[in-house]
Amino acid sequence: MTAGDRPLDRDEWVDGNEAAGILQEIFTMDITTARGRCAGCGRVAPMAETRVYDHAPGLVVRCPDCDAVLLTVIRAPDRAFLATTGLTYLEVALPESATSGFTGA
Amino acid sequence: MARAAVQRRLTWQPATVAQVRTETESARSIVLDVPGWPGHVTGQHVDVRLTAEDGYAAQRSYSVASAPELDRLELTVQRVPDGEVSPYLADVAEAGDQLEIRGPVGGYFTWRPEAVEPVLLVAGGSGIVPLMSMIRGRAAANSRVPFRLVYSARTPDDVIYAQELSRRVRDDRGLDVAFAYTRGTPAGWPRPPGRLDAALLAEVGWPADFIPAVYICGPTGFVEAAANLLVAQGHEPQRIKTERFGPTGDREAAA
Repeated sequence: MTAGDRPLDRDEWVDGNEAAGILQEIFTMDITTARGRCAGCGRVAPMAETRVYDHAPGLVVRCPDCDAVLLTVIRAPDRAFLATTGLTYLEVALPESATSGFTGA
Repeated sequence: MARAAVQRRLTWQPATVAQVRTETESARSIVLDVPGWPGHVTGQHVDVRLTAEDGYAAQRSYSVASAPELDRLELTVQRVPDGEVSPYLADVAEAGDQLEIRGPVGGYFTWRPEAVEPVLLVAGGSGIVPLMSMIRGRAAANSRVPFRLVYSARTPDDVIYAQELSRRVRDDRGLDVAFAYTRGTPAGWPRPPGRLDAALLAEVGWPADFIPAVYICGPTGFVEAAANLLVAQGHEPQRIKTERFGPTGDREAAA
């Protein structure tokens, strides 16, 4: 990811690695290693392997198999708008917790 | 080398250009001093932001090229015609300039020196940059994990880090490097110029039953072609990690 500098044409994309920064801003952890399930086709894969179109006003993340929109992110100066309509779930690796299961704290 | 992993919000940090170095006709390395920089995992990138006097800001992602280090990192930037950020970094930036970075970011396309499996690196054009960080990080960590690099470039003049790679092949035990030229070769080169193909990957890569970790970085078309060739040779798709920087002006460097 060292050359994606020219404004992209409408049908051009980079991959999910490119979205690491803006997603980490929101989630405060890396989301590109998380596995997401596409609501369109059911594909489950690391978010790094998605397609990112960043020439819209904002960032559009699409499924590489069925092209469904998984995520959209719009960054304003003081906030971000994140739509996750196309993701059934995100599976995120976390450090092992001292307790297992829900403790109902 | 990373400082204790404190959960911290990703913020822009000031960086000062410490040094620039010409790598090829169109690529330069930029050494940045970043007070408090926590180091990185090889393969990660940073977002770079340039702000004009009128407040217009442009930001792009660049792979870290150096081995992990505190308070300092190095990028290598290939000039992209019509780019917003790369012409400044590749042509204009000089020692003392200030810019902003945030990172390191990206945990997917990464190699850690604790890993023990053999590694195959496949670079197309400036896709060499994050892979060079892995090669440098491997040496810095005294890892003996076998590394093989296949580097596709237009011509020998387009090879970034050419001298360092030949020095490392001599000095870094267990590192092999093979070049594939798409436009022009050195005199007497055994292969005519052409795309990276199955025969070359089979010859210089690892057999699939060695179960190597594979990292491919380059323009989109190059990455997809190389990944498909390796899957056809029996490599598990899950063991092939990819990073594509899009069908940019650099596309012909490798594909």
